[in-house]
Amino acid sequence: MSKSVADLKPGEFGTITGFLDNIISLKLMEMGCLPGVKVRMNFSAPLGDPIAIDVAGYSLSLRTSEASNILIE
Amino acid sequence: MTKKKTVKVALIGNPNSGKSSLFNHLTGLNQKVGNFPGVTVDKKTGSCKLNEETRGEIIDLPGTYSLYPRSIDEQVVLDVLLDKKSKDHPDVIVVIADASNLKRNLLLFTQVIDLGLPVILALNMLDVSINLGQKVKPLEIAKELNIPVVSVNARNGDGINLLKQAILEVETPRKEIIDVSEYAPEVLADIKFNFGIENNYEALLIAQQGRFSDFLNDSDKKKIVDINAKNKFNHELIQSKEILARYERIDKIVKHAVEFNVNHNRNLTHKIDKILTHKVFGYLIFLTILFLIFQSIFTWANYPMDLIDGAFASVSQWLKNVMPEGILVDMLTEGIIPGIGGIVIFIPQIALLFAFIAILEESGYMSRVVFLMDRIMRKFGLNGKSVVPLISGVACAIPAVMATRTISNWKERLITIFVTPFMSCSARLPVYTILIALVVPAKMIFGFLSMQAIALMALYLLGFVMAIVSAWILKLIIKTQEKSYFIMELPLYKFPRWKHVGLTIYEKSRTFVVEAGKIILAISIVLWVLASFPKQGIENAANTLSAQLTSQNYTEEEIQKKVDAVRLENSYAGMFGKTIEPAIKPLGYDWKIGIALITSFAAREVFVGTMATIYSIGADETEEQTIKSRMKAEINPETGGPRYTTAVAFSLMVFYAFAMQCMSTLAIVWRETKSWKYPLYQLLYMTGIAYVFSLLVYQILK
Repeated sequence: MSKSVADLKPGEFGTITGFLDNIISLKLMEMGCLPGVKVRMNFSAPLGDPIAIDVAGYSLSLRTSEASNILIE
Repeated sequence: MTKKKTVKVALIGNPNSGKSSLFNHLTGLNQKVGNFPGVTVDKKTGSCKLNEETRGEIIDLPGTYSLYPRSIDEQVVLDVLLDKKSKDHPDVIVVIADASNLKRNLLLFTQVIDLGLPVILALNMLDVSINLGQKVKPLEIAKELNIPVVSVNARNGDGINLLKQAILEVETPRKEIIDVSEYAPEVLADIKFNFGIENNYEALLIAQQGRFSDFLNDSDKKKIVDINAKNKFNHELIQSKEILARYERIDKIVKHAVEFNVNHNRNLTHKIDKILTHKVFGYLIFLTILFLIFQSIFTWANYPMDLIDGAFASVSQWLKNVMPEGILVDMLTEGIIPGIGGIVIFIPQIALLFAFIAILEESGYMSRVVFLMDRIMRKFGLNGKSVVPLISGVACAIPAVMATRTISNWKERLITIFVTPFMSCSARLPVYTILIALVVPAKMIFGFLSMQAIALMALYLLGFVMAIVSAWILKLIIKTQEKSYFIMELPLYKFPRWKHVGLTIYEKSRTFVVEAGKIILAISIVLWVLASFPKQGIENAANTLSAQLTSQNYTEEEIQKKVDAVRLENSYAGMFGKTIEPAIKPLGYDWKIGIALITSFAAREVFVGTMATIYSIGADETEEQTIKSRMKAEINPETGGPRYTTAVAFSLMVFYAFAMQCMSTLAIVWRETKSWKYPLYQLLYMTGIAYVFSLLVYQILK
C-alpha cells in the first residue's frame, strides 16, 4: 500500500506522485495539487478530520478521505 | 444630450482574491443586487465612469477556481461567458488575481484568455506576496502572455484609474495560451460546425459541460451528448490533460515573473491557526464569539431601539393632536405608523448582526469555523460548509438558503436548506426582545452576564439544536449515491476592510427594510381595516354595552376599557381570532394573540406591528404609550392577572422559534429546490413541531 497525504503527520512533507480517484483528482489538480508538487501537512481539526495542508503556496483544507486519494512519496 | 457609450465589464476571480473589494472601489454606492435569469444566484451590478464619454457597467460574478463549475454559483460564471446572447455577456473581462497565490489564480486566467474575449489581469495583493517572500513582476507576466496586466490594491483602491484606462484600451487576445485543438479534433470540429463557434477552447468547454448549461435547450444538449458519444470523448482524461498543460505553461511564466526570496513561511497565519483551531480553545473561542455577538445585539442595540420606539409613539401622538379626527388619521396613527415603527425599530439589531457576519467572513475566520465543524456536521448529514448558512440564518433565512449553493452535494445541500429556517433569524428578534423584556428581569448575574441576554441565547440555541436534530432525522430518510466533497482554501487572516463591512451593512439593511417593509406596511393596513370594521357592528355592540354598564355602578374608566374590548371583539379581526381560539387555547393564547399568529405567517416581524395595532385601537388617546407597556398592562379576564405570564410568553417564544412563518423563505426554498414539495414539507414539519413544543412549555410552566 503506497503512502498518501492522509498518512502524513503535522510538519511532515511529501511529493505528490498521483491520485487514486479520477473525479476528485481533477478538483485537486485545479487547486494546485499536481504530480511533482511538494505538500506539507500542517494541522488537523480537533477531531482529526479534516486536515490542513500547505500546497502551491497556500493553505488547503480537505477531509482525510479525500487526502487518502493523493499518493505521495 | 449625447448618448454615452456603455461597456459591459465582468469581474472574474478566485474566492478570496479581493474581487468584491475591487467591485466596491469601482462602483461605490452605485450598485444593485439582482438575479441571473432562471437562478437565484446574486447578480451584483454597478456602474462607473470610465471617461467622459464612456460608462462601465460592472458585473461582479461569483468567485470560482476554474471554468469547470462544481456548484450553481460557479455555473453562472461559465454560462455568462459562453452565452453570447445573454444580456450579461461582457465586452471586457477583468480577471482579478491574488499575487500571493499566483499559480492557482493564473489557472482561471489562462482559461479566460483562451476564450478569445478582451481580457485584463488585475494583479492584487502584491504587498501580501512580498511579505511572503515573493516579488511578482506584472510587466513580465504581461510580456509572457501578451495581455494587459494592471497592479491594483483592492483594499485602498490604488491602481483603479489605470484599470479603467486599460478597460477602455483592451483588445482581443491574439494568441491562445495552450492549444486544445489536438485534444479531440473530431469533437471540436463537430461542435464548431453545429453551434457556429470559431474558438477552439469555447468549443471544448461546450463539449465538456454544455449539457449542464441553462442557456442551451434540450435538443442542443442532446446534440452535444451524441457528438461526444460518437467520438468516444473522455471528459476526465481531456480535462486533466488541459489542467496539466496549463500548469506547465504557468510554471514557465512564474519562473520569469516571480522572484522567490528566502522561504518566508506563513508564520502569522499559522500561529493564529494554532490557537483558533486548537482542540479545546478552538471551540471555546467560537462559542465566546457567538455569545459576544448575542450579548452586544441585546445590549448595544437597546439604546437606539428605545429611541426609535419612543419617537414613533410621539409621532403618532403628535399627528393625533394636529390632524382633524377621521378615518385617515386613525389609519395613520393606529395602522401605518405603528407598523412602520415595528420594522424600523430593529434596524439597529440587523445592522449589528450583518456587521458581525461580514467581519467573520472578511477576516478569514469563517473558513476556520467551517474547518472546525465539518466532522461534527457530517455526523448529522450536513457539511462543514453548512455552518455558513446556519450562522447567516441568524440574520435572515433568505440569504442563508442562497448561501447553501457552495455545497456541491445535493443531499447535504437539501438538508441544510431544510433546517436553516430553524435558526432564529433577525425577524424573530423583536418578538423575543419584547417577550423577554416582559417576563425576564433585567438583572445581571455575576455583575456582567445579563439574564435577558442568556434567555435570548437559549432561544437561539434551541433553534440550533432543533436544526441539528432535524438534519439527523433527514439524513436517515434521504438516500443518495452522490459523493460529498470538502476541499476548501483556508485564506490568510486579514484585517477586515471597514468600507466593505459598511457597504454590506448598508446593502443588507436596506434590502431588508424595503422588502420586509412592503409586506409589513400592507399587512398593517389590512389589519387595521380588519380591526376597525364593520363599523356598524362594532358601534352597535359598543353602544349596547355602554348603556348596559352605565345603568350599573361602574366608573367611567372601567366602562371605557370594557367598551374598547368589545369593539375589537366585534371587528373582523376579532371574529377571526375567535374562530381559531379553540385551537390555540391549550398553548395559552387568546384570540388577540391568535390574530398576531395568523398575520405572522406572512412574516414573523409582523408580530410586533400587529401587537402595536391591536393594542392601539381604542387605546386611551391622551396617554403616550409604547407597545411594551401596553402589552404589560393587558389583563387576562379569566384570571384577572396579566395576560403575558411567564408560561404564555415562553410558549409564544418557542412557537416563534420553531414555526415556519415566512412566505419569502418558502418562496426562496421553492426556487432553490425547484419543487413545491420541500417548502410544503418544511411548513408542515416546522409548524407541527412549534405547536407540540409550545403546548408542552405552556402546560409545564402553567
